[in-house]
Amino acid sequence: MLHKYRWYEYVLIYCGLAVFLTFVLAPFVEAFVVSLRPLSGLFSIPYRFITDDMSFEAYFSMWKNVPLLWRYMLNSFFIATVVTILGLLCIIPAAYAFARFEFPARNSLLGVFIAVNMFSGAVLIIPLFKLMQQYGLLNTYFAMIAPGTAFVIPTGIWLLRSYLVRIPKELEEAAWVDGAGKIYTLVRVIIPVALPGIVVVTITAFITAYAQQFIYALTFNSVNELNPLPVGLFQFFGRQSVVWNELMAASLVGILPVLFVYVFLQRYIVAGLTAGAVKE
Amino acid sequence: MAHTAKQKDYFPYLLLVPATLVMVSIVAYPLIETFRLSFTNTGMSQNYEYVGLANYEKIMSRRFPEVIARTFYWMGLSVALKMLIGTLGAVLLNAMVPGRALFRILVMPPWVIPIAIGVFIWGWMYNGQFGMLSGMAQRIGILDAPFEFLAYKNSAFMATIVTDVWIGVPMVTLYLLAAMQSISRDLYEAAWVDGASRFYRFRRITLPLIIPSIATMALLSAIATFNSFDIIWILTEGGPRGATTTMIIDTYKTAISRFKYGEGAARTVMIVLFLGSFTFVYFVLLSRLAKRSPNNAA
Repeated sequence: MLHKYRWYEYVLIYCGLAVFLTFVLAPFVEAFVVSLRPLSGLFSIPYRFITDDMSFEAYFSMWKNVPLLWRYMLNSFFIATVVTILGLLCIIPAAYAFARFEFPARNSLLGVFIAVNMFSGAVLIIPLFKLMQQYGLLNTYFAMIAPGTAFVIPTGIWLLRSYLVRIPKELEEAAWVDGAGKIYTLVRVIIPVALPGIVVVTITAFITAYAQQFIYALTFNSVNELNPLPVGLFQFFGRQSVVWNELMAASLVGILPVLFVYVFLQRYIVAGLTAGAVKE
Repeated sequence: MAHTAKQKDYFPYLLLVPATLVMVSIVAYPLIETFRLSFTNTGMSQNYEYVGLANYEKIMSRRFPEVIARTFYWMGLSVALKMLIGTLGAVLLNAMVPGRALFRILVMPPWVIPIAIGVFIWGWMYNGQFGMLSGMAQRIGILDAPFEFLAYKNSAFMATIVTDVWIGVPMVTLYLLAAMQSISRDLYEAAWVDGASRFYRFRRITLPLIIPSIATMALLSAIATFNSFDIIWILTEGGPRGATTTMIIDTYKTAISRFKYGEGAARTVMIVLFLGSFTFVYFVLLSRLAKRSPNNAA
């Protein structure tokens, strides 16, 4: 058989996988172990991985010592959700236009949208900061939502377009023949059929929006109540004496939502993200 | 089909309006504004003057060339490591061994979680007194005293790269894995029948066919690395003594921390020029690959 390995090949593959996955996952394990240790036990020398005094204490005390933790988590969730919704409102019609209609400069226009992916918020931070200042938008949710939205659109258009191209044209032609309007056709015929593709785009947009909140919030927002989780926790990270066990506990609790989304929907995420690697 | 071609209407443009509006206001206009600001001495106050190329002369005469060189060094090393580890990871995950479905799921978490949170964890691991890396190294006997990774120039530079690699590797791995899985089994079976060894099959079938994917991914990952902000800002803020100050970090410090918007904008223009040339190479690469693929499709 083609895929029959000899015993030493099995050993080699599993050893390689063990090293590889250790690199990827060790920080999570370490963060979890740290979150279980009391602060005094953390600073024990020599370093020990497992100690007797482990407990979930930090997971309770962190709510008291980081009073706004709930707010940070809700803010993160709120910002990511609004970014995703606004993003979809731009992505769906644009992807439909690029997938279905012939118009002058279509390909170059698509290229321009894709090229936006090459920039990041960090590049545009100066003019955006000045604009927000000018219009009094600093320290609002809007300042953190608007830039995030721009950067989920290009990938979204690209992913959804390649999905829409595969839907047979007869479907909407039949609707037009029946006298349906074009917007009606998009909403009632195309969107329901394209739902799996839209789900993939929604998940990737949400994960991106959840992951990229740091620089916007750090720069455009100084009201603590509005901070998303990364910046909220960053204040504690920068202190002279970092309460590491609580910081790690809060970090782990904060990433649970996206980890859940990922574990349950990973099949779709992986398929969508790697679409470009596979020739169609 | 005739239906769409015949009707010369504005519907497709209408569909593009929302996305275009966002792009113009959040990306295009700010880019133009950056360009304009780069010729001014804009600072904290409302008043400013056009100063010609003064900002550019200023940054070229100072330590900025050094920052550019460092940025490319940082990016090159990080991307090389990501591609190397990602390719090895993809080969391992492509092996038909029990448990591979689970292993594939376990690769992604560093990409899924917010970058900043992952970096907090690395910040702890690099901690010299009590962190995991220093502690482990002392246990094994590599170090005989606690080592503060982020306090020294070279180790801080490498530490930020390792964290960047950790965040970037999952995506590279999955992308290359997908490319490997799209290779037809027939090729391998034919080679196997002819008695080709596993390594020979990898070198002569897998590698040539995934080289385009590796090139594409390397370029995308170079662009992402060039733009990288969170990792360095959280771990070192560009220090110690500028050792991890990349172009993005330097720009941010100049403009946001020291309110020199004009000088910052001139730096941004340089960044945009570099990113623009990467993008150009990316599109050339894509169109080359698109031309080649019909022959490969068989």
